[in-house]
Amino acid sequence: MSLLSVSDLHTHFPTPQGALRAVDGVSLTVAKGESVGLVGESGCGKSTLGKTVLRLVPPTSGEIVFDGEDIARLPADSLGPFRRRAQMIFQDPFSSLNPRHTIETILTAPLYVHGIGDRAERRRRVRAIIERVGLPLSALSLYPHEFSGGQRQRIGIARALILGPDLVICDEPVSALDLSIQAQILNLLVEMKRDYDLSYLFISHDLSVIRYFADRVLVMYLGRIVESATGADLWARPLHPYTRALIAAIPDPSRRRQAAPIGGDISSPQDLPRGCSFHPRCPIATSICAERDPALEMHGAGHQVACHHAGSLVRPSTEMVGT
Amino acid sequence: MTAATSGHTPDIAVAAPPLGSWRAVRAFLRNPAAVLATLFLIMVAVTAVAAPLIYPEDPLSMVARPFLWPGQNPTFPLGSDSLGRDVAAGLVWGARISLLIGIAAMALGVTIGIVVGATAGYFGGWIDDALVRLIEIFQTTPSFLMLVVLVAIAEPRVESITVAIALVTWPTIARLVRAEFRSLREKDFVTAARGLGYGHARIIFIEILPNALPPIIVTSSVIVASAILMESALSFMGLGDPNRISWGSMIGAGREMLRTAWYLTFIPGIAIVLTVLALNLIGDALNDALNPRLSSEP
Repeated sequence: MSLLSVSDLHTHFPTPQGALRAVDGVSLTVAKGESVGLVGESGCGKSTLGKTVLRLVPPTSGEIVFDGEDIARLPADSLGPFRRRAQMIFQDPFSSLNPRHTIETILTAPLYVHGIGDRAERRRRVRAIIERVGLPLSALSLYPHEFSGGQRQRIGIARALILGPDLVICDEPVSALDLSIQAQILNLLVEMKRDYDLSYLFISHDLSVIRYFADRVLVMYLGRIVESATGADLWARPLHPYTRALIAAIPDPSRRRQAAPIGGDISSPQDLPRGCSFHPRCPIATSICAERDPALEMHGAGHQVACHHAGSLVRPSTEMVGT
Repeated sequence: MTAATSGHTPDIAVAAPPLGSWRAVRAFLRNPAAVLATLFLIMVAVTAVAAPLIYPEDPLSMVARPFLWPGQNPTFPLGSDSLGRDVAAGLVWGARISLLIGIAAMALGVTIGIVVGATAGYFGGWIDDALVRLIEIFQTTPSFLMLVVLVAIAEPRVESITVAIALVTWPTIARLVRAEFRSLREKDFVTAARGLGYGHARIIFIEILPNALPPIIVTSSVIVASAILMESALSFMGLGDPNRISWGSMIGAGREMLRTAWYLTFIPGIAIVLTVLALNLIGDALNDALNPRLSSEP
């Protein structure tokens, strides 16, 4: 049974120009012990999806079933047990730690709020986790501004794990860090998954990070999942033209010229195009794409695509590059 | 980024700035006007606290011949007023009332302002709308007129004057706190706090409020100054506590003798000016010291 099962989730924000459909009918599952990667360009709604799943943003409609319980319908004051079991690691390690608190306070407060252990037990747990994420005990008496970005992200990870969660949503956890530090943090996340038996929903715009990390990959475009496949399958056989464009956009030193794989800009989520929301940018769009919205359909074992022409695409080709 | 080189256990050898509070204290102490103002206020405060020791007698009792000029009689260095009351004793005892009302009214006003502003800014929505209307009702009423009405309705006593001044000053703090909370509540550390299941009270007072304090502290010092001015104005109009001498009531009593005995209004007047000026200078210095982008320190 899956740990997290989201179905037909919508998150809309009211704006003067009409509803902004940040998350527009997403269904996904995360099995126990699985790492699911969620990839998409900026503004496609992937962070909002992550925050909605944790009920940090109120869902407009849909179900968020966590371990058999529909979190979307729980009143805000009964979310306590869920909060203990589902945590988030943030993108920006500079704004995600309170600048006025010491690291000890930052790590002890969650235990205190949830009534875990007595003073000595809380102290023991905080010390264990700070060492586990690779920081010395002397870090506990310092303030966040006394650390580098990578060290702060280690603290962010310690804070997310101190309550012993089952699910951790990583919202671009390394994109604000130097490349050399990214690998350290990714390795730490892999170790933590093994040690604490975690499931990850890993949000990133960086396919190479997702590739390293995820068992299964979801590709998101304008609030919807357009393709879902296991990591290996997706790299070998991307079926949605958007996924193929993303993969083609990974810098590759063997290719002499880097062409822009897709033109144009992402459409506004306030004014979604009719039919397939990708068709204004799609190199293989036909008249049907402008009229009918494609549903997410099976194309081979465990591989789902939302594209009218998915069947006609077999190999990732270079012909489409430069269209 | 020292972590890059030291492998799995990076050491804490970061070029960290000194702790915020000490940096602020040093910046404050480098401002000569602020140091002078602080020393002056300390002197006023010590005088106020020690008033019963310096002048054990009631400052309202008639002790000398009327209209003694300052320096005329060494027993009464600042002279005496039309009823033969010692001006120096009045000045010392008046400092007590001015500082007491100034600080107490500020404390009460800031408390109300923080609670209302934090609630409005943190929760938003209809709670914010309702509280903003309330703030606007207070802000659109001429504050001194409201103060006079409030004191006239209640008995003019130190307590009622303090409450009345607090009631006309809290909207300033409430607006400031609301604006701070509206921007701070969007920060990731607040989202993280919600995600960790912290209660609203904890997020408001322990997570957000400490980050909103610098502008509140700066405004508070200016509010003490304006509360002292308000109390003086009330006393000048005869709406002060009749059983306590204050700088404002001394000016009020001396105003009819402005041509013949100007020192009766000048001496308490200069006390008010210097105290209010000192508080404003401290407010400016705190603003510079608590705002790292403005301070000269790298």
